[in-house]
Amino acid sequence: MASDAHGETLALREQFDSEEQQKDASTLGMWIFLITEIMFFGGMFLAYSVYRNFYPHVFAVASSSMNAIIGATNTGVLLCSSFTMVMAVRAAQLGQRKIIILFLVLTLILGIAFLGLKAYEWNVKFEEHHVPGPAFHLDGVDTQGPAQIFFSMYFAMTGLHALHMVVGVGILTWLIIATYKGRFTAGYMTPVDIAGLYWHFVDIIWIFLFPLLYLIDRHLG
Amino acid sequence: MKSWLLTKDHKRIAVLYLATVTLFFFLGGAFATLIRVELLTPQGGLVSSETYNKLFTMHGVTMVFFFLIPSIPATLGNFFLPLMIGARDLAFPRINLLSWYLLVIGGLLALFAMLAGGVDTGWTFYTPYSTTYSNSWVIATALGIFVAGFSSILTGLNFIVTVHRMRAPGMTWFRMPLFVWSMYATSLIQVLGTPVLAVTLVLVFCERVFHIGIFDPALGGDPVLFQHLFWFYSHPAVYIMVLPGMGVISEVISVFSRKSVFGYAFVAFSSVAIAVLGFLVWGHHLFVSTQSVYAGMVFSFLSYFVAIPSAIKVFNWTATLYKGSISFATPMLYAFGFIGLFTIGGLTGLFVASLGIDVHVTDTYFVIAHFHYIMVGGTIMAYMAGMHYWWPKMTGRMYPEGWAKLSALVIFLGFNLTFFPQFILGYLGMPRRYHVYPDEFQVLHVLSTAGASVLAVGYLMPMIYFIWSLRYGALAPANPWGATGLEWKTASPPPVHNFDEAPVVTHEAYDYSTVMGEVIEVG
Repeated sequence: MASDAHGETLALREQFDSEEQQKDASTLGMWIFLITEIMFFGGMFLAYSVYRNFYPHVFAVASSSMNAIIGATNTGVLLCSSFTMVMAVRAAQLGQRKIIILFLVLTLILGIAFLGLKAYEWNVKFEEHHVPGPAFHLDGVDTQGPAQIFFSMYFAMTGLHALHMVVGVGILTWLIIATYKGRFTAGYMTPVDIAGLYWHFVDIIWIFLFPLLYLIDRHLG
Repeated sequence: MKSWLLTKDHKRIAVLYLATVTLFFFLGGAFATLIRVELLTPQGGLVSSETYNKLFTMHGVTMVFFFLIPSIPATLGNFFLPLMIGARDLAFPRINLLSWYLLVIGGLLALFAMLAGGVDTGWTFYTPYSTTYSNSWVIATALGIFVAGFSSILTGLNFIVTVHRMRAPGMTWFRMPLFVWSMYATSLIQVLGTPVLAVTLVLVFCERVFHIGIFDPALGGDPVLFQHLFWFYSHPAVYIMVLPGMGVISEVISVFSRKSVFGYAFVAFSSVAIAVLGFLVWGHHLFVSTQSVYAGMVFSFLSYFVAIPSAIKVFNWTATLYKGSISFATPMLYAFGFIGLFTIGGLTGLFVASLGIDVHVTDTYFVIAHFHYIMVGGTIMAYMAGMHYWWPKMTGRMYPEGWAKLSALVIFLGFNLTFFPQFILGYLGMPRRYHVYPDEFQVLHVLSTAGASVLAVGYLMPMIYFIWSLRYGALAPANPWGATGLEWKTASPPPVHNFDEAPVVTHEAYDYSTVMGEVIEVG
């Protein structure tokens, strides 16, 4: 399996001795990259925790102004996209090219749907004057400063998450084209596999963001 | 030219890095020169306060982010890590090339900021000055450091995967040279720490550009949060800078005393211990920044712990020398310089780790002297040791031994003359980052500036004779030092895929009983 595949599919690069070694290295590399991503988001989660601890009441009020319906819908959309991603990886393991493409396209559509809903939400924030800046105003709090910090964190965290989604959409598009061209076989599907890891990671970040930003104290709303 | 700029060969990428960091070293050195010349007189007539603020900021930014952090890992590590474990290349050669481009792009952004008007926040970018009040090029500089940070992350990632997955048959973890262990520990810090710096800079960037208020006290934000996030990376970053140096010293001490490193496993694990402990001590930079006394005590206590693995290394190197067949070749002279200077730097580190003394010497030249003993006396001495030790392998040419020994001596003397007076200055109360000072400090400042001139000559010498040796140096044999590592089992310079036949490892590292009898071939 090792040597007959390589000319055609670039399955084995010259620094590796075997396809297994190459796949192990790529997978380990992706896991380490995801660890760096956890540390990256970790800095923001830390800042969020500190300020929520400083200003629990303001954070609860600010959180109740969020549209939890859209947040929950987006959570559902992302969970479904993770499922379709898993199905794409499974199809890749079995070498079923058409099914890989089908599930990757579904994942892509769900990812874009998420970004669309997110864009709509941000737009509403602009109309409600919930965007940090001179025009910022939130009803129901004594001091506007900490409320602005909440929305600063909201935009920074969801913005960074959305940026990762955009990168993910790019990766999916590339994978769909590569699959269409027949780059992947049951013996060589590492890119689909590690793109799956990345997609699930971005999903998990949202699983944390949703309750932290939308559901702090719902009964206030 | 194109074959170099698109190369995926780790050895060529190492050379690209070498050229890049050398440029930044001399740029940072130029800023340091201006600082020292300015400090010759107490009145400070040469530059204005604003310019002086920019000079020490740009000296720090250049030296820390664009020289010290990439120095040993990206040049010597890139070149020798695959060779030392018997691999054909790193696990991800294209990512390796990408990481060099990221450093160059980051460096160009920072350079643009310097040329456009400079930045005056200090290399630490403390808020709210950096986010709200500074009128200098904070955004471009921060972006440059952000991009260079990804270069560092990708190098670390590449090294970790390479060490895990690319070792030659028989190269078990405990047969790896200690340089590889130290690079592994360094990579762990790069991967775990650098993203936190990156996100902190993103927040500073957002605050300056979009005026959101994460660290803004006017909104109820906490500027000290920035310091916590910044030092969570920047203290471990000290170990990114010094651990690779310690790895080099382990190699050099062993070769030139022709003995196995004493307590190999202890030295290996002490690297990992330093990497882990390094993440638990950032609070010792905040002893006077509203941190609670209780937290201060915990951080002080934990900081002492770092001394243990560091001391293990120093004692074990010394024990390695015992009854060794010592030769005083240039790399060994630099290594001796490292041990002495690092010991002084480390011991004064205990001074500043203790709460009582630190409150007295915070933000004085004592601190400046302490970290220059680690960064310059430690890291750069080790970098020079490694450059001399591996130069024949990298280029296939020998450097002129006499000149090289002289440079080691000049750098050692110049270094001490520059920085020892700064301990005294700091203890007497000379604050850092001031360019006007009381007359009674002038003698010590003049001594320091005189030392800096000697140091500059010392650094120019290797620059000249290394370049000279590329053309006129004697041809280097495959193993000029009679060393044991796999990198010496291939030609100098090594062929594209490193080894003509894949090596199989059958011995521990530093097994000089087998090498002593071996004939050293020219090749």
